[in-house]
Amino acid sequence: MSPFWRAFTKNRLALVGAVIVACLVGLAVLAPALAPWDPHRPDVRKILIAPSAKHPLGTDALGRDVLSRMLYGARVSLAVGFVSVGIAVCIGTILGSVAGYKGGFVDATIMRFVDLMLVFPRLFLLLAVLAFLRPSLWTIMGVIGLTGWMGVARLVRAEFLSLREREFVLWSQSVGASGFRVVWRHILPNAMAPVLVAMTLGIPAAILTESGLSFLGIGVQPPYATWGNILNEGKDALEIAWWLSVYPGLAILVTVLSYNLLGEGIRDALDPRLRQAFATLGARRR
Amino acid sequence: MLLYALRRLLLALPILLGITFVSFIVIHLAPGDPVAVTGDPDAPLTKEAREALIKEYGLDQPLPVQYWRWVSRLVRLDFGRSFSPDGRPVLEKIAERLPITLLLNVIEMLIIVAFAVPIGVLSATRQYSLFDKVTTVFVFVGFATPDFWLALLLIILFAVQLGWLPPSGLRDPNAEYLSFWTQRFDFVKHLVMPIAVATFGGLAGMSRYMRQSMLEVVRQDYVQSARAKGLSEGVVIGKHALRNAMLPIVTILGLSLPGLIGGSVIVEYIFAIPGMGQLMVQAVFERDYPVIMGNLVIVAALTLVANLFADVAYGLVDPRIRVGRRRR
Repeated sequence: MSPFWRAFTKNRLALVGAVIVACLVGLAVLAPALAPWDPHRPDVRKILIAPSAKHPLGTDALGRDVLSRMLYGARVSLAVGFVSVGIAVCIGTILGSVAGYKGGFVDATIMRFVDLMLVFPRLFLLLAVLAFLRPSLWTIMGVIGLTGWMGVARLVRAEFLSLREREFVLWSQSVGASGFRVVWRHILPNAMAPVLVAMTLGIPAAILTESGLSFLGIGVQPPYATWGNILNEGKDALEIAWWLSVYPGLAILVTVLSYNLLGEGIRDALDPRLRQAFATLGARRR
Repeated sequence: MLLYALRRLLLALPILLGITFVSFIVIHLAPGDPVAVTGDPDAPLTKEAREALIKEYGLDQPLPVQYWRWVSRLVRLDFGRSFSPDGRPVLEKIAERLPITLLLNVIEMLIIVAFAVPIGVLSATRQYSLFDKVTTVFVFVGFATPDFWLALLLIILFAVQLGWLPPSGLRDPNAEYLSFWTQRFDFVKHLVMPIAVATFGGLAGMSRYMRQSMLEVVRQDYVQSARAKGLSEGVVIGKHALRNAMLPIVTILGLSLPGLIGGSVIVEYIFAIPGMGQLMVQAVFERDYPVIMGNLVIVAALTLVANLFADVAYGLVDPRIRVGRRRR
């Protein structure tokens, strides 16, 4: 076993996180097979039924089965998490590596732009963008990715700054490798550890952001079932239908918690020194 | 010190210009012109009204011209007029809501620091104790709890079931008939839930950093020598270690500000608090683009100013920073 696996499997909490994440992915993928009811079909005879054997998590104000809707909601969360973090990591890695490799004026310009983007409270920025876009699943993923790359850029740049002075990089430069080749083949693979951690910790942040936007009613639009949507619709029936507010939130909590445990486990197993780099990163979640 | 503060201020100016640039781009790169989607979709603007708006805002001009006009009006603190039926100046709308958001955020900051520092210190000095384990669980749960969900749960429990706290707003509808002190008490009662929700996540994070920072400091040699010369544990931790452990916290506090202010969107929306966040959500629903742009600029500028304060505060507590050493 590699040292990474040995360290990772010794961390029980991280393993728990990994197992739950795997289960969630499984539930999301198998949602059409697992959902007991059609998540989109309203039924006027079943409006706001409390949890029962037939509807384990109750029904909503249109008589739709909450369990089925939550299973489909897991698909949205999963998709938003992976795609938007994918976008953020691509942008962050490109800008961070250019800044770290080129240095000087290019570096200063890119990093001031990062500072600038970090001055905007993320939710305000997202609201402003979404006001004039037709909110679809793709626009939501896009804007969450476009507003979440700054931390990755900083991490990648920091890695590049230390890696570009190392012998193997200097060697490949001196034998005439092109800048792109040096970056792509030699530096980037060595800088990927913190990026992997940033991805695992970025997914829950994106899921939280998406559910917040959907809760405000400007995220993924109905009839798509998302956890945030169910909460948004449920808040009007807060006094009579607690199950609409409790279960979706619990699902978000468990999901985010497991990804965080998994991410921290990966981080500690890869390199305990990364702790410090992520301390300041986690401070700006929203 | 003054020189250091001035240098930070100068560095902030281009960022301020950048804020206006990003705010402008964000709105104008969206497909479709702002006027086409402005206002209530059920009552579309008449053709004349549309053209008047386009003229007034110069939306028929090329983008660089529009940007230049907009910025030159901003410099004179002219943020334009709201597109909503009242048509009031944007700055006036923001000005009446800003104090509430600021008040909430300042209270939240104070509470976070007041609780996070002792929690962090205690769990660091008693590492792996029961207290440490309980706070670690709290930290992980706090990080993962969606604030809007926590708000809903608190409303169900304290407003609906128990009826102890008001579910929304800032004051009782009959507040004017209450005595002076009852009014104050009523106001505080309205603030309890919003502030509890807004501080929860931040408190979790901050006590984690405080613990981490303290753990690193107590391993250092000077702490050992303080112990060796016979100082009591309270003095060693409370005086020698704490001051250095607080240093990174100042920075993280500054960095977490955008998050805190962003969180006020959700909190103000759920608890119907008339602040900047609620104004923003309303403006987005009404597609009131002068208000959206104005709001974005003001909020970002506020964060910038707060970061500036954090930088200067950092310089005050850490002499190494203000004596030379360029940024990063």
